[in-house]
Amino acid sequence: MPRLVSHPDEVKIVTRRFGQGAANIDRYMELGGYEAAKKCLAQGPDWIINEMKASNLRGRGGAGFPTGMKWSFVPKQSPKPKYVLVNGDESEPGTCKDHLIFLHDPHAVIEGTIIAGLAIGSKLGFIYLRGEYRYLLEIMEKAVADAYAKGFLGKNIFGSDTEFQIITQSGAGAYEVGEESALMESLEGKRGVPRIKPPFPAVVGLYGGPTVINNAETIATVPHVIAMGGEAYAAVGSPRNGGTRLFGVSGHVERPGVYELPMGYNLKKIVYDVAGGVRGGRKLKAVVPGGSSTPVLLPEEIENLGMDFDQVGKAGSMLGSGGVVVIDDQTCIVEFALRTISFYQHESCGWCIPCREGTDWLKKSLTRFHAGFGTAKDIDNIQYLAENMLGRTFCPLGDAAAMPTLGFVKKFRKEFEDHLNGKPCPFAKHTEMAIV
Amino acid sequence: MSSETMTIFSPQLAARFDALVAKYPVRRSALVPMLLYAQDEVGYLSDAVIAEVAVRIGITELDVRNVATYYSMLRFKPAGRFNVQVCTNISCMLRGGYDLFDRFQDELGIGHKGVTQDGLFSLEEVECIGACCWAPAIQVNYDFHDDLTPDHVPAILDQYRAKAQSEGKAAHA
Repeated sequence: MPRLVSHPDEVKIVTRRFGQGAANIDRYMELGGYEAAKKCLAQGPDWIINEMKASNLRGRGGAGFPTGMKWSFVPKQSPKPKYVLVNGDESEPGTCKDHLIFLHDPHAVIEGTIIAGLAIGSKLGFIYLRGEYRYLLEIMEKAVADAYAKGFLGKNIFGSDTEFQIITQSGAGAYEVGEESALMESLEGKRGVPRIKPPFPAVVGLYGGPTVINNAETIATVPHVIAMGGEAYAAVGSPRNGGTRLFGVSGHVERPGVYELPMGYNLKKIVYDVAGGVRGGRKLKAVVPGGSSTPVLLPEEIENLGMDFDQVGKAGSMLGSGGVVVIDDQTCIVEFALRTISFYQHESCGWCIPCREGTDWLKKSLTRFHAGFGTAKDIDNIQYLAENMLGRTFCPLGDAAAMPTLGFVKKFRKEFEDHLNGKPCPFAKHTEMAIV
Repeated sequence: MSSETMTIFSPQLAARFDALVAKYPVRRSALVPMLLYAQDEVGYLSDAVIAEVAVRIGITELDVRNVATYYSMLRFKPAGRFNVQVCTNISCMLRGGYDLFDRFQDELGIGHKGVTQDGLFSLEEVECIGACCWAPAIQVNYDFHDDLTPDHVPAILDQYRAKAQSEGKAAHA
């Protein structure tokens, strides 16, 4: 059972019902649940979207797109049905926040989905969970059934003449399906290959209808935004970055865990105070700030870094999924880079050649390099390959593979050079990986 | 095909499929979860499973295979009764995921994608399973085990051996 952690600097908004039995619908209601949905039903779509815009809530999946604006792009009148799609295909290495949301607060996901549906005028929402999260899917299914039994979902939600239905859906193992258009393909019973954009999902989405797709954390935040008021929620965070974020701190720290901290909270404090510093008194080598696709940061780069979309972007990386991976000085960066690229090579859907071939060649080069058979030219070649993947694919997976690789090579070039000319890896013992 | 005739699935699973396909705006949306649920019951996507799913959805077998081969949890040959999936992605790797994987290999005498002779266990190195903050973590079928060291391995395996034994006894009772 995943352990819950706590720190005095936390501002518990999304996590405030964690560990309190809120998977039970009556308990959820005792804790204020479903009041936000009722309020939204009374206030109507324009009011909801204004509150969402005022909240400065930005998409928690990684791209950080303003949620209120996303919802406002959906046409009011549509000949085709409109849909809400909740992305719970959480698969970015370093990220396990949605795991806790589904486990501890499934009704917040349902309530947020209802509110999104009311905002865009949709009658049907989907909650898609990765296939590995079967026990969480069962929790969600139970929660959805309970919400139907109370009349919160169905033809006449909360006794009104408004209809809203929810279908839960299981994936079957695919990182790529976390990309929004691939997610729609999977939900339509196809291979999870992305679609060409435009048209964007808000106009032509699931089954060709206008579709809003939000990350599970974003959706679980929505009822809290409504309950607090958009402006009050925005005030918790930093400029243009409303509220809090669930930071999953993993790797070489004393107290790994998911911590809810205000947007803009200092990354160095996350590592040293909140998560208790580097494990075993070792020194910090690097931090991956927002899941495995975000470029690595050096200890000096985290000193004054506030964790919001804009500040991390300015520092040359990304806030991404909020998965902070801490790396100590006994870790081989070449091995870390190899493990990262192996993942993207495994998950590339193969549609775009720069991604399919690029990830494969990067994996081959790094495997050879880490085994001690690299040449000086390989370092430049790895960089050249990665640079030529950037921006040349239909979906962000190609970038997600290239960006961290570039970060490792640029910031740890010396460590790559230390592997040259048959020298054994100074750190690692694993040179072979089973995943091919 | 109605759920009463010519099915290789249990009545429960057949009923679940009938409910599932009726739920969506488009029947085919049930395909991916349906394949996974069928695999849970049958053990893998046999030719017979693929044929039946194709008929139930109303698409060709080729189309089913085309989709099924995309998803890494779906398999086309049997795994062990308990499929041990060890995550070695970055967060788990940093906290000893490979040591854990090595220990499972030693204890079971099989490697990646191997199956023990008695068919009880299979072993896989897998990508991130979403338990990064409780690393290193594994899944045995759908059960998570987290915050592990290699020394936990024998007890985990014993736990599933005992489970197999008690389930076996129950089946013969």
